[in-house]
Amino acid sequence: MNSKNILIKVNQLYKIFGDGDKSALDLVKNGMGKDELLEKSNCVLGLNNINLNINRGKIQVVMGLSGSGKSTLIRHLNRLIEPTSGEILFNDTNILNLTSKELIQFRQNNMSMVFQKFALFPHKTVLQNVGYGLAIQNISKDEWSEKAQKWIKRVGLDGYETYYPGQLSGGMQQRVGLARALATDAEILLMDEAFSALDPLIRSEMQNILLDLQSELHKTIIFITHDLDEALKIGDRIAILRDGSMVQDSDPQEIIMNPADEYVSDFIKDINRARVIQAKSIMTPTNTKSSGATVKEDMVLEDILQIMSDAPSKPVSIENSKGKITGKIEMVNLIEGMKRPKSFGTNITG
Amino acid sequence: MDWFFNFPDMSRSDLREFKKTVDFAFTDFSRTYGQGIEEFFEPLLMFLVWFEKLFINTPWPIIIFSILLLAWIGSRSILIVVGTFLSFMLIGYFGMWEDTMSTLAIILVATFLCIAIGIPLGIAMARSNKVQAAIVPVLDVMQTIPSFVYLIPVVMLLGIGKVPGLIAVCIYAIPPIVRLTNLGIRLVDKDVLEAADSFGANYWQKLFGVQMPLALPTIFAGVNQTIMMALAMVVIASMIGVKGLGLPVLRAISNQYLALGLMNGLAIVILAIIFDRVTQKFGLRMQKYRNEGKD
Repeated sequence: MNSKNILIKVNQLYKIFGDGDKSALDLVKNGMGKDELLEKSNCVLGLNNINLNINRGKIQVVMGLSGSGKSTLIRHLNRLIEPTSGEILFNDTNILNLTSKELIQFRQNNMSMVFQKFALFPHKTVLQNVGYGLAIQNISKDEWSEKAQKWIKRVGLDGYETYYPGQLSGGMQQRVGLARALATDAEILLMDEAFSALDPLIRSEMQNILLDLQSELHKTIIFITHDLDEALKIGDRIAILRDGSMVQDSDPQEIIMNPADEYVSDFIKDINRARVIQAKSIMTPTNTKSSGATVKEDMVLEDILQIMSDAPSKPVSIENSKGKITGKIEMVNLIEGMKRPKSFGTNITG
Repeated sequence: MDWFFNFPDMSRSDLREFKKTVDFAFTDFSRTYGQGIEEFFEPLLMFLVWFEKLFINTPWPIIIFSILLLAWIGSRSILIVVGTFLSFMLIGYFGMWEDTMSTLAIILVATFLCIAIGIPLGIAMARSNKVQAAIVPVLDVMQTIPSFVYLIPVVMLLGIGKVPGLIAVCIYAIPPIVRLTNLGIRLVDKDVLEAADSFGANYWQKLFGVQMPLALPTIFAGVNQTIMMALAMVVIASMIGVKGLGLPVLRAISNQYLALGLMNGLAIVILAIIFDRVTQKFGLRMQKYRNEGKD
C-alpha cells in the first residue's frame, strides 16, 4: 500500500468511558477485557488499540454489532468524542492537537457527516438544511442557496426546497442529510449507519445514489454499518470491530475467503456466497488461455456458474480489466468457493 | 431528661438579641445604601410612569384597536379578537378603564423585565450544570416563600411605591421563564446538536441557530406562565402602593364591598384569559412545522 494514498491514519486509539479513565487505560493496555474492566473499575471500554489506515478516494466500511464501538470510532474522526489516548493523523496533522478554533475550521472544510436518525434541523426548510454547513461559514445567502440548490437537485429532491423535514418520508429525509453533507465540498464523508433506518428498497436505492455520486466525486468515505450485504456492496475495504477491538481490516473478498476468527465467520455465514465472491478470489493463477469462455476478474460465482453449466468440463479463463489472462476456474474451484470457510470450533460467541 | 421533652432551644434573650442584630444590620444597610439603590432604579420608575401615562392618556378607541390588532397578530383567531373586544368594552363600561390600563402597564413592564433577565439566566443554566445547581434553589425559594415576607425588605429598602411593587411582581413571576428556558434548551434533540457540531458550528451559532429556535415553544410557555403569575401578584403589589385593579380589590376586602371586589377581580381574570389564549395560540403557531403530517 502506497503511503501517499493514505488520507487518515488512526494510531493506537483508545477510548474508555467513565471516571478514572487514565488508570483504566493502563489496565486495558495490560490486556484487560471489556467485561472485566467494567467489573473492576466501572469504566466502559469503547475502543481498544485501534489502528486503521483510510485510503484517499475510497469507501472504508467499519462493521460490527451494536456496542462494538463503530459509532464511537467514527465520532473520533471529527472529535465529537475525545479519545483517552492515541493519535489520528489527517495529512500528517494530528487532529487531536487542533485548538477549538482550528477544529471548527477543520469540521467546516474537511469533514461532513450523515447520521443514522438523519438529525435534520426540524425548524429549517430543506434548502436551509442543505445550506447549513455553508451558512455558518458566513457565506452570503445567495451563494449558499445556489450551492444548496445544486445538491438538492443532485439527490433528486427538486421542488422540495421549501418543505420542512417533518413533511418528508424517511428516504427523502436522508437524501436531505446526504445533500447537506455534500454541500460543504468536504473531502471526507462520515456516514454513521446512514441507511440503517430505511426500509430495504429505499436503502438499496440510497446505496446506488451513493455509489453513483462516488464514481463522480471520489470522496473519502467512512461508512458505518451492521449490515454485511451493504458493506460488501459499497465497501472498498471493510474493517470489523468487536467489543472495541479491530478484528479484521481487509479487502471485502478477503473477509469472505479468509475470515480472521469465529466472530467474522459468524458474520459471513448467512451471506449468499455465489453472489459476492468474485472470480479472482477462487481462480488458479495462470497466463495461458483455457478451452472455455473468458470472463472478467470481478464476475461473481453465480454468473460463472451459468456459463460453465453449458460446458462443465471446460475451464473458464479469467482476464483482468486490461484484457490480460490472469487465471482459470474449473468446476471444482466453484464448489470450493461456495463452501463456507473452515469452522473455528463450536465456542462461537458474539 | 428535660431536654427530651422540651426542645433545647435558644434562650429568649439570645433570640431577641439575634433578631435585633439582623434588623439593625438591615436598617443600617438600607440607611446607607437605600438612597443609592433608589437612584439606581430611578430610570425604571421613569419608564414605568411614562408607560402608564401613555396607556391612560391615549384615547380608548386607539388602545382597543391596538390591543385587537395585537390579539389578531398573536392568535389569528376571530373568536379571540371578538372576545377581547367585548371584554374591554365591558371593563370600560363598568368604569374600570383607568385601573385596567395601570395594571396592563405594570404587567407589560414586569413581563419585559422578566424576559430580559430570565432568558439569559435560563441560557446560562442550560450551559452549565453548576450554574443550574446554584440557581435552582434560589428559584425554589422565590416560588415558595410567602410574598409578604419578601415585601418587608423591599419596602424597607425602597419604601412604598411603584418600583418596589414592580420588583415584588418580578420576584414572584420570573421563575417560570428561567426554568422553562433552561428546560427547553436542554430538551433539544442531542442528535440535532451533534449534527450542528459536526458541521463546525460554534457555541453562539448553535445557541441562536438551533437551540433557541427549537426551545422557543417551551420558552413561550414560560412567558405565558410569567404573565399569569404577574397578574396574580397585582393585588398583593397594590398593598405597597401599586395602582391598578388590585387597589379596589384591597379596598373591597377591608370594607366588605362585594360588588367592587367581584368586578375588579373579574377584570383581572379577563385580562389573564386574554393574555393566556393569545400567547398560547402564538406558541402553537411557532411550532407549526412539528405538526405537519409525516408521510
